[in-house]
Amino acid sequence: MPIKTGAIAALVVANLLSGPALADQTNVAVAANFTQAAKEIAAAFQAETGHEAVLSFGSTGQLYTQITQDAPFEVFLAADTRRPARALADGFGVEGSDFTYAVGKIVLWSADAALVKGGETLDADGFDRIAIANPDTAPYGAAAVEAMKGLGVYDMLEAKIVQGNNIAQAFQFVETGNAELGFVAKSQIAGNDAGSRWEVPSELYTPIRQDAVMLKKGADNAAAAAFLDFLKGPVADTVIKKYGYGIESGN
Amino acid sequence: MRLVQGLSPEIWTAVRLTIELATLTTAILLVVGTPVAWWLARSHAWWKEGVAAIVALPLVLPPTVLGFYLLVALGPSGPGGVLAGLWGARTLAFTFEGLVIGSVVYSLPFVVQPIRNAFEAMGDRPLEVAATLRASPMRAFWTVAVPLARPGFLTGAVLGFAHTVGEFGVVLMIGGNIPGETKVLSVAIYDFVESLRWREANILAAGMVVFAFAVILAMTLIEKRMRRAGQ
Repeated sequence: MPIKTGAIAALVVANLLSGPALADQTNVAVAANFTQAAKEIAAAFQAETGHEAVLSFGSTGQLYTQITQDAPFEVFLAADTRRPARALADGFGVEGSDFTYAVGKIVLWSADAALVKGGETLDADGFDRIAIANPDTAPYGAAAVEAMKGLGVYDMLEAKIVQGNNIAQAFQFVETGNAELGFVAKSQIAGNDAGSRWEVPSELYTPIRQDAVMLKKGADNAAAAAFLDFLKGPVADTVIKKYGYGIESGN
Repeated sequence: MRLVQGLSPEIWTAVRLTIELATLTTAILLVVGTPVAWWLARSHAWWKEGVAAIVALPLVLPPTVLGFYLLVALGPSGPGGVLAGLWGARTLAFTFEGLVIGSVVYSLPFVVQPIRNAFEAMGDRPLEVAATLRASPMRAFWTVAVPLARPGFLTGAVLGFAHTVGEFGVVLMIGGNIPGETKVLSVAIYDFVESLRWREANILAAGMVVFAFAVILAMTLIEKRMRRAGQ
């Protein structure tokens, strides 16, 4: 038995070491808000190139922390520009590989079809709790705070704010009705008509530019480069727009 | 000391909140858990072990399962919403009270199990003797069973407190990260790590390691001493 186990272990190790032999596979760290779009893009990517993109989802901050601790990610699709810039500055990213793949939008959304009528909903006293993503760690949360400040309602609403750890959780709080309404990513509700919504005018917050960057671990992997190329292409653009994101002109 | 003074007030708020939560949860668990443990130790009902298994569930279930069900149960369409309606609120999620409910569920087995074991270890004999001395069952419980089961109560209280302090997943899912209300220590550490404030994260995390070590060591020593005293 021990011999057999040893042999299997040796095989596993040999497999791990021979990474480049599996060059048609690439590990991609994806910010939670881009989950659905990334899955669709990865499927199209595989159909077109034969390469497989293995996706890991998490909040941008959490993924970046893992990257600094030698996580096996080769491509990083963040929800902001700060973390990819930092990846470059800290020596984890490949110089010159970063670009904006999507521009996120925030929507004030409620599961209650009658609640959200527009920005003025925030003035009214019709709710106890408003959900946002953690503004310290999630760009969508920071944008929500900026928008509330721009509308001059932040001080009034501060005591009603509940924070999700990321935008997915903010959505969950609203979806379960625990918060009557909340600022969610447009991509999260792009596919359904449920509830009531108000798309926050883009002049109220800094555009949520989401940057991608090639990580040093992927520098020698053709599949990683192919995935980033694919992400810039027309097929990916269509998917990205379908999920309610903007595209930066010039891509 | 300079290190400690440099810490932001939000850390102290989180520490205080965590201690309040753990203390209240432990107190409730001792009140609720003792009759449950007593029944589990003394009853001969055939479905007793079924109840014991339900009590033990939080040991095995991932916190995400508890967090998800609690989020729904505490919300407007669950019993928590009905309860919250009594004082005009819509949900128990995002409140200190909600966290207490979550923690009681989450830490229940850690309190019930040691107390049950202590009641069982005592056997029938002391209570029979008390009965022959014409002590009422209630009186026998308070003057004989409880003192004999003291190590079990102590272990249960310490474990319940420590386990609540270490709670993370459930709080993350039902808390809403509100400073002074639901932002407990473990969540604060997570936030610090995520926002790359590793100095603060480090101080708090190291504090937790020391705390956990002290708890386990103290418990072992107490048990040892009580066993010696019991002989």
